[in-house]
Amino acid sequence: MTQLLTTVFSLAFVAQVLRIAVPYALAAMGGAVTERSGVIDLALEAKLLFGAFAAAAVGHVTDSALLGLAGGIAAGVAVAAIQAGCALVLYADQVIIGIALNVIATAGTRFLLQILFHEGANSPPCPAYGDAVLTNPIVWLAVIATAVLPFALRRTRWGLRLRAAGDRPDALIAVGASPRRARFAAALVGGALAGAGGAQLSLAVGGFTADMSSSRGYIALVMVILAGWRPARAVLACLGVAAAEALSIAFQITDIAVPSELVGLLPYVTTLVVLMIVVARRPPASLGRV
Amino acid sequence: MTARPAPGGAAPGPDPLWVRLPQAFRIPFSGMRREIATAVIGLLASIAIGSVLMLIAGKAPGQVWWAMLSGTVSDPSLLGQALYKATGLALTGLAVALALDAGLFNIGAEGQLTAGVVVCALVGTALPAATPAAIAVPVCLIAAAAAGALIGSVIGVMKAARGAHEVITSFMLNAIVSGLALFLGNRVMFRNGTTTGAPIAPGAELPHLGIGGSSANASILVAVLAVAVVWWLRARSTWGRTWRAVGQSPDAARTTGTSIGKVQVLVMIGSGALAGLAAANFVMGNKHAFEEGLGRGTGFTGVAVALLGRMHPVGVVIAALLLGFLSSGGVAVSDVVPKELVEMLPGVVVLAVAAAVPLVRRMEAA
Repeated sequence: MTQLLTTVFSLAFVAQVLRIAVPYALAAMGGAVTERSGVIDLALEAKLLFGAFAAAAVGHVTDSALLGLAGGIAAGVAVAAIQAGCALVLYADQVIIGIALNVIATAGTRFLLQILFHEGANSPPCPAYGDAVLTNPIVWLAVIATAVLPFALRRTRWGLRLRAAGDRPDALIAVGASPRRARFAAALVGGALAGAGGAQLSLAVGGFTADMSSSRGYIALVMVILAGWRPARAVLACLGVAAAEALSIAFQITDIAVPSELVGLLPYVTTLVVLMIVVARRPPASLGRV
Repeated sequence: MTARPAPGGAAPGPDPLWVRLPQAFRIPFSGMRREIATAVIGLLASIAIGSVLMLIAGKAPGQVWWAMLSGTVSDPSLLGQALYKATGLALTGLAVALALDAGLFNIGAEGQLTAGVVVCALVGTALPAATPAAIAVPVCLIAAAAAGALIGSVIGVMKAARGAHEVITSFMLNAIVSGLALFLGNRVMFRNGTTTGAPIAPGAELPHLGIGGSSANASILVAVLAVAVVWWLRARSTWGRTWRAVGQSPDAARTTGTSIGKVQVLVMIGSGALAGLAAANFVMGNKHAFEEGLGRGTGFTGVAVALLGRMHPVGVVIAALLLGFLSSGGVAVSDVVPKELVEMLPGVVVLAVAAAVPLVRRMEAA
């Protein structure tokens, strides 16, 4: 027990929580931005996974973690573009698109691994940020986004149009602006954020592993809903998730006997219980309607 | 599930070419024809996307598709294997279709199927070896259905009582069930270092059909029966009318006195039971024991089956056969293209059909 406490109350533990929180937080902010504009964002999982893959692949080829990050962001934007295209141009059901993209991401990243590197489950190594927190640009990106996004949503023309597209698209049309364009812009920015979150997954450990997003995208979306679609609060919720995850890792190194299969279920059970207790606030008025 | 054309989406402009072109031919769409058109357009788009993927893999699409078709048709064991896959897919597809008919997107069929597999195997193993088939088979079937129904009911209750989105709760439950299955396997069921459990009572086994030594088995009767029951309920009973009313227009259903929450919970119980029943195909019909990862992916592919089958029981059967065939085709060409390519196709089908739905509706509206 004391071993557990000394682990928890250390600077290394705080750093670990931050590292774990970054993919969740970036995905949640991406989801919040996309959903506030009225587009359901169930494809966060796909953006994380493709982002992680692209970051590792580009990082491996260029031998630069920073270019890897750029690749991850580009992949997130690409997935978001497909998603927004299907939703806003073809008017396909947004929930179904999200699920489809997530299924495609699981097999698609392994397909690309096979095609590009002739590997089944792991990418060749890429430069890693490792345990460093202060020198990791993705951490800084997350911090800056947390500070800037609420302001941008509230005060800038981009944010105003985005929120109008989500809540009162007819008002946006009345002032001569296009809700579709605002939603596209929001979805692409959201995709970039989630893609960066995916990049953290692979660049932290220096390589891509199949299914390494392990439903973080879904959990991030739950945090967005619980936070009432407000990005800063969603980040706060994600820090809570990350703390729980770090704690469950700390549990495993102590001698307290908890079956490892069950410890891994902690995030899902917690999410489910939280969903049972908390009733979500009202979503953006035109969420899912094009 | 409907994509509403207005309140204030894009400013109305001239329809794009791909909408105007079919309009020029005045294709009459109505009812069944519309659904068939949707499925066909979705399927053609999937084939086109699949072909692009094959080009990315550096293969000629025509040759790969042909190798899939001829390789499967000429090999009885692959044909039988397609039937085996289709049996499971018909049940999970029916599960997803039933929920979708009532406006619920049950992607939890995967977890409900796993729960069915675990409980079916647990009950089958617990039965005395001398149990006659007349008792053992129904008991195992009921156990599998009940396990799936239990998971399904959690999703339904959370939707009805808490408004929690069924996709999210489904996904969490999928992860939880698969973790619990592994835990139970490791602690209780797996025998000395393997990932296989003890065999079920011989009376609970369903015989193989013996098509080229494939895994196709008598559980196909269970699937056919389930399809018939769901078809009858959906088309001929007031229950079916009620759940479809809830799916198509919840407000109208509420106004006429239907309890939306009750329907949602009942439908999720039924949907979970159907997905759980698919365990008959895997446990009772084929492996006769619990195995790690048994039936994995059948729940997710069931989503593609339901959408491609346009939620109609008969459509679901056709779609299940098609995707079962596709899975065998993937085996037939496994040394030509990576198997991941074929694994992507169910997701592609879902995407393509989802995009085809509003397209056909707009053609029709012309």
